[in-house]
Amino acid sequence: MSVSEANERRPPAGRSAGGAEQPGRQPAPAPGSDRRGGSSVELTGVSRWYGNVVAVNDVTMALRPGVTGLLGPNGAGKTTLLHMMSGFLAPSRGTVTLDGTPVWRHPPVYRTLGLVSEREAVPGFLTGHEFVLSGARLHKLPAPRAAARRAVEMVDLVEAQHRRVGTYSKGMRQRIRVAAALVHDPAVLLLDEPFNGMDPRQRLHMMEVLHQLGEDGRTVLFSSHILEEVAQLSGIVQVIVAGRLAASGDYRTIRRLMTHRPHVFTIHSSDDRRLAVALLAKEPVVGVELDPAGGLTVRTSDYGTFTRALPAVAVSEGVRVTRVLPTDESLESVFSYLVAS
Amino acid sequence: MINLTIVRLTLRGLFGRRRFLLLLPLPALVVGMALLADLLGATPDEWGQPVLVGLGFAAVLPVLALIVGASVLGSEIDDGTAVHILAKPLPRREIVLSKLLVAVVVTTLAAGTGMLLAGLVSGSGRLGIAVLAGTAVGALAYCALFLALSLLTRRPVLVGLVYVLVWEGLLTNLVSGTRVLSIQHYAVSVAERIDGSGVVTSTVSAPVALAMAVAVTVGATLLAVDRLRSFSLTGDTS
Repeated sequence: MSVSEANERRPPAGRSAGGAEQPGRQPAPAPGSDRRGGSSVELTGVSRWYGNVVAVNDVTMALRPGVTGLLGPNGAGKTTLLHMMSGFLAPSRGTVTLDGTPVWRHPPVYRTLGLVSEREAVPGFLTGHEFVLSGARLHKLPAPRAAARRAVEMVDLVEAQHRRVGTYSKGMRQRIRVAAALVHDPAVLLLDEPFNGMDPRQRLHMMEVLHQLGEDGRTVLFSSHILEEVAQLSGIVQVIVAGRLAASGDYRTIRRLMTHRPHVFTIHSSDDRRLAVALLAKEPVVGVELDPAGGLTVRTSDYGTFTRALPAVAVSEGVRVTRVLPTDESLESVFSYLVAS
Repeated sequence: MINLTIVRLTLRGLFGRRRFLLLLPLPALVVGMALLADLLGATPDEWGQPVLVGLGFAAVLPVLALIVGASVLGSEIDDGTAVHILAKPLPRREIVLSKLLVAVVVTTLAAGTGMLLAGLVSGSGRLGIAVLAGTAVGALAYCALFLALSLLTRRPVLVGLVYVLVWEGLLTNLVSGTRVLSIQHYAVSVAERIDGSGVVTSTVSAPVALAMAVAVTVGATLLAVDRLRSFSLTGDTS
């Protein structure tokens, strides 16, 4: 693991990690009405398997106040991990606690925890307002209507709130589910692929909402398989690959690790042989292969250094580069590298 | 103990499902058969057992209870809307009891109305009240059982049908000792005890029937509460 393990335990800069509260001890104030939080979710040696298939393998992490991104390719175990964090799945081994209290078979944790799961559906016969209001009433909030109104305002669905959810677009359904999860102003908010189905404007607004919740001291975790979503929203990233925690820590550190990884490019130019000779003299280039059909394959030890060096080499050699194609740019290859490192 | 928000949500969900609405006319069959038998000159002693027991207690009541009991929570688990209620700091018994109350009341009203009217066709108000009471007892035990089944298996309707058709419909007629484990016989026994005229008869005594109905209801409800505490979200993992 190249990223410091210490990052797992460190709260994001500028955000408080103190003042842990016991779940279920306080009436929840309305969303956005004050600053609250300080709660943390701890996973210790958590594994989950189904028969012979290991979905999550020995994950230890701590979620502190602020926004954390759970990044991983499809099938990596993100949803399984979120289900265990939210008390909807028992770990096969290890413990998941919220402020020291095990979440499995302990419904009072939902006073502190809000969940937007990927599979949850919204009853289509309810209006958006009725759905959120029913959530407020199920939480037995002292002023459910006011809490529902504020939650709907937070997700910018005021105009559509009296329409049946069955008529909503996918993005609107996502937002009304976020409103229902926020109605009791939870200190911990877990969201599974929250931006699915949202258009760019809705996505931006939701990012602002989550960012503000993190700034207010709440512990927000969202899962995604899209690097850019995590990059825009969270300072702390947990990267999960094939059920294992592959990297954990500050986003910039992980990004740097991704940038400085070995890489293979296919390059087409006006003079492939000349360019190949010139590139071989550069340090990050560890191999060059001329393709008989035209073009060359370049192996580099450092993605970032090479992409900066290539234009300079081409200019100095008077070679016109017509095509540069990274051949292993998939997120999976990035994850694979992180696991291997 | 009973959560009115859950009751309201469950009722709206139940009446929004076509499968349930299609079954509502079923109790009219019992009334229709009783009227037909009466018009053809049959006495209540002659049509009481086949219509009220053979059709009402043995078919209409368990089928309605199965659809309603398995739907109140099972359908929400199937379509994923159950998370809305389960991700709340509510004791699981509050959720189960609220769902059970809806299922029992709806089943009793739907099946009991038909049974009451069919009983009244005989000209005996006492018989009407008796079969209504029997229906209520049966609805309670059946709904508790089928609600628990919806948390124990992914195919509660199929398993419930096997119980109703194979166990109650076949085995209890072949092996008399199994009747003490038949909710249908509890319901008939209660009706027989209240009516007292012998129009409907059961081989299970009323005290045993009541005790067993309570045992089934309590046992199934406790099981459902425990299963709901361990409710897991499964499916696609990513």
